[in-house]
Amino acid sequence: MQTLRYLAAAFLLMVFLASVGADFLSPAPYERQFRDHPNEPPSRRFPLGTDELGRDRLSRLLHGSRVSLLLAPAAALLAVFLAALVGLSAGFLGGWFERAAMACTDLFVSLPWLFLLLTVRALLPLNVAPWTSVSITFLLLGLLGWASSARVIRAGAAAVRGSDFALQARAAGCRTARLMMVHLLPNLRPAIAAQFWISIPVFIWSEANLGMLGLGVTEPLPSWGNLLLELANYRAVFAAPWLLAPAVLLVLVSSGFHFIFSKEDPCR
Amino acid sequence: MLWRKLLSGASRLLLTWLCAGLFGAALVRLAPGFGADELELDARMNRESIQAIREARGAEGGIVASYWRYLRNAASGDLGMSSSMGRPIAELLGDRLPLTLRSVAFGLTLGWVAGLSMAASTAIFRRSAYDAAAGSLNGLLLCIPSALLAFFLFAVGAPAAVGIAAMVGPRVFRTAHLLFRDSLDLPHVLTAEAKGLGRVRVFSFHLLPPVAPQLIAWLGTSVTLALGTAIPVEVICDSPGIGQLAWKAALGRDLNLLVCLTLILTAFTLTANFLCDVAIAWRGGSRPCRRSGIWRPHSC
Repeated sequence: MQTLRYLAAAFLLMVFLASVGADFLSPAPYERQFRDHPNEPPSRRFPLGTDELGRDRLSRLLHGSRVSLLLAPAAALLAVFLAALVGLSAGFLGGWFERAAMACTDLFVSLPWLFLLLTVRALLPLNVAPWTSVSITFLLLGLLGWASSARVIRAGAAAVRGSDFALQARAAGCRTARLMMVHLLPNLRPAIAAQFWISIPVFIWSEANLGMLGLGVTEPLPSWGNLLLELANYRAVFAAPWLLAPAVLLVLVSSGFHFIFSKEDPCR
Repeated sequence: MLWRKLLSGASRLLLTWLCAGLFGAALVRLAPGFGADELELDARMNRESIQAIREARGAEGGIVASYWRYLRNAASGDLGMSSSMGRPIAELLGDRLPLTLRSVAFGLTLGWVAGLSMAASTAIFRRSAYDAAAGSLNGLLLCIPSALLAFFLFAVGAPAAVGIAAMVGPRVFRTAHLLFRDSLDLPHVLTAEAKGLGRVRVFSFHLLPPVAPQLIAWLGTSVTLALGTAIPVEVICDSPGIGQLAWKAALGRDLNLLVCLTLILTAFTLTANFLCDVAIAWRGGSRPCRRSGIWRPHSC
């Protein structure tokens, strides 16, 4: 199990580096259309073939990976920041603030995640520039994905609030803000870090789901979500299995995260 | 005592549901382009007519007033008109809701039966090869986004309910498997095994009862998961339920319909979670194990 975790980490690092270096590794710019070569099968020139507009699939996959793999952690960071803010304040301050914050959290958690995303995305303009759609998609993921993490962090904060060192610090006259930042936050760091890493694959899947429903990142900018839209013509997949490359990469990256952050105890 | 808990839970449910509706109504009101009327762009309209249209819109009141009016109309069965479909929302829901409820019910049942029986068999047989095979299969399904899974199932001609089951089942397996595995080392389980009880009996009477509250609680969560999964599954499998309706409403920016769907889905998920809480409270008679924090019955 430990070996598998190392292998998964190495694979994720490799995909991450490939996506960061997409400009250098791509055979062609992702939006360039080779109009004489539409729907080409894999060849030396186009290792994953071309799409119906003659765009190189490998280049689009590498750039799409960059969009998904760099912005999902950014969205996770935003979500965890909001979760830490709400969870820490609620867990530490307690009383009516805790009740109000948890009621708000319950409200977010009670709605199906994808439905909430779909609804809020629909409230914003749909026909926007590609980079605006990227910002909207990942900002929404970050702004709406904090609720379940906030519950975990609140539970941790409530547990630490009554600990001996917190009581001693309070008795010594430590102010609330300092108590939270200096005494509570460092103790909650493992929980916050775990929530951050757990959120990344969730946001990658959410972007993929939104993309497959046509509400994610817009063309011509590639992302895993809109690259998977090609699978809608499922009969073509049997004739051209290389269309599955984005799906395979997405599943492998998700598996990588699953192996690394699985709850399974490697010693058992 | 139980009645008091039930009453407080029900009032909390109602309050959360009303807040969810208010949240939806507020989002709609604040959405860019809300209240824009294409009549204002009509060159034949003079200034007075445009002013009259704006005043009529202003008379609708603020967020709370319009939400209150919406709830009052909803109580009499008038949910408004869908701008994208051009039909009354109540009629659309009447057509589509039963299909989604059937798919979700069937998917949940299938997912729970498959996930729980697989987790139970790993706890009963305890063979590492079987554990690894079950874990790998479920791990693979856990790594596939719902829309992609729906695509694969659609390609092999599976119905929408199977897609929901394929999303729910692996999560049930993971939760139940971890709970059973953690319970295997508890003293009362070890004692039962040392006394020579069969594994099926140990599982049925000593392993399953202590983890039942957590599993029941997870049942409520799985309803939310199943309803969320219904959207991509119904869109990709072309199943005309409320998941597909939500997607069409989102693409058509049909905000009235989206608020209505928000209220309905929230009502379902809150009720499911409330019923699970009631089941846990009714079951009662459990206490946490000091060592692991896992609940176990008095008999242990």
